[in-house]
Amino acid sequence: MIKVEHLHKSFGELKALHDINLEVKEGEIVCLIGPSGSGKSTLCRCIHGLEKPDSGDIYLEGERMDPSQPAKYAEQRKKMGFVFQHFNLFTNKTVLDNCMLAQTSVAGKTKEEAEQTAMELLARVGLADKRDAYPNKLSGGQKQRVAIARALCMNPEIMLFDEPTSALDPEMIKEVLEVMKDLGTNGMTMVVVTHEMGFARKVADRVVFLDGGEIVEQAPSEQFFSNPQSERAKDFLSKVFYD
Amino acid sequence: MADIFTSDNLIFMLKGAGVSLLLALGAVVIGCVIGILFAAAKLSKSKLLRAIGTVYVEIFRGTPMLLQVLFFYLGVPVLYQRITGTRMSADPYMVGLIALSCNSGAYQTELIRSGIQAVDKGQWEAGETLGISYPVMMKEIILPQAFKHIIPPLVSEFITLIKDSSLISNIGALELLYSAQVLGKRYYDYLDPLILAGVMYLCMTVLTSYLSRKVERRMTLSD
Repeated sequence: MIKVEHLHKSFGELKALHDINLEVKEGEIVCLIGPSGSGKSTLCRCIHGLEKPDSGDIYLEGERMDPSQPAKYAEQRKKMGFVFQHFNLFTNKTVLDNCMLAQTSVAGKTKEEAEQTAMELLARVGLADKRDAYPNKLSGGQKQRVAIARALCMNPEIMLFDEPTSALDPEMIKEVLEVMKDLGTNGMTMVVVTHEMGFARKVADRVVFLDGGEIVEQAPSEQFFSNPQSERAKDFLSKVFYD
Repeated sequence: MADIFTSDNLIFMLKGAGVSLLLALGAVVIGCVIGILFAAAKLSKSKLLRAIGTVYVEIFRGTPMLLQVLFFYLGVPVLYQRITGTRMSADPYMVGLIALSCNSGAYQTELIRSGIQAVDKGQWEAGETLGISYPVMMKEIILPQAFKHIIPPLVSEFITLIKDSSLISNIGALELLYSAQVLGKRYYDYLDPLILAGVMYLCMTVLTSYLSRKVERRMTLSD
């Protein structure tokens, strides 16, 4: 479904990503984990095109994503939904309008169709009653669930999550992870950058461990957590789990 | 002295004040449209558009407003005649409105640009990931949020325009200051009409800032 080949990305002197190769199959849930600054968020953003790679290719369903062909590139990007660490809900729009704007202006749906889809998805994340609320009246967990619903409104085939729970108060993390898990069990292809090791272990099919801009190790999640191969992964896991 | 304050004269002055207010209102609205366009130009990726925006702002902020008014009223008709060979008569009100709008447009360009840049980058990124086009993003998300930040400086721009509209008196538009001068000339008494004009300017500006404070308070409540 997604294939990343020899991806390089630098920010000035800093080499954020170095020769990344990654494949994600349809229906697969892949968690990108690693220490801060390891490049996992940058990789996630590169896949969607929020960051432009310096070199390397990204393929979506076997076709190369090429920004120099804007029309095709835009169509490809529409197949991916993106969820941000800081939600990025449109602050001047209600929950419902957040979910409708792209549907009416991009997907060309009528207001009625857009509203119906939006309400179905808001119900799915448990927030149908918040339809007329503005984002600043919502808790962090609610904002992120709205953000997920908003992305789903565009009917993506792949969902990319960039640290979706890192900005949340601890007691709100679970409600967001539950929504994501539900999405995964329904067959959505997902790439999740996360620090939630419990989620990675239980929900992900595969864990990709990055450090210093490189993929150090990747393995089925249970195998990765119970028996990491590389020293760096062992070191990382010993630091994140408090025994 | 007292016989200057007849009801006819008062109405004459109030009409002048109305013209001043209308000119300022028109200029702030047209200037806002100009400001949005040139702010978008200054923030665009195209070097040419950015250069056009910068040149526009520098010219209108860097020369005296009175010069601009006179240029549009006295200079442009000459230019027109040189190019087309036919005469053109300039209406002082229309010319005044154009000059005020162009000048205000330059100041509002900078205001709106800073307002747009103050909007969280995440809003743009969210729009990008949803595939929302630049014009829709601007109209629906970015500008409404930008304007919330820049309402106070926009109000002071409007107050400046109320006062600066007095420059149009130089080209014979019967706005508030020129009305005062007309009365002064008629009665050989400039003191009273000028004081009255000053009071009327003050009423307009003080009332404007009072209203804007109310609006602002309501907006922070809804935030």
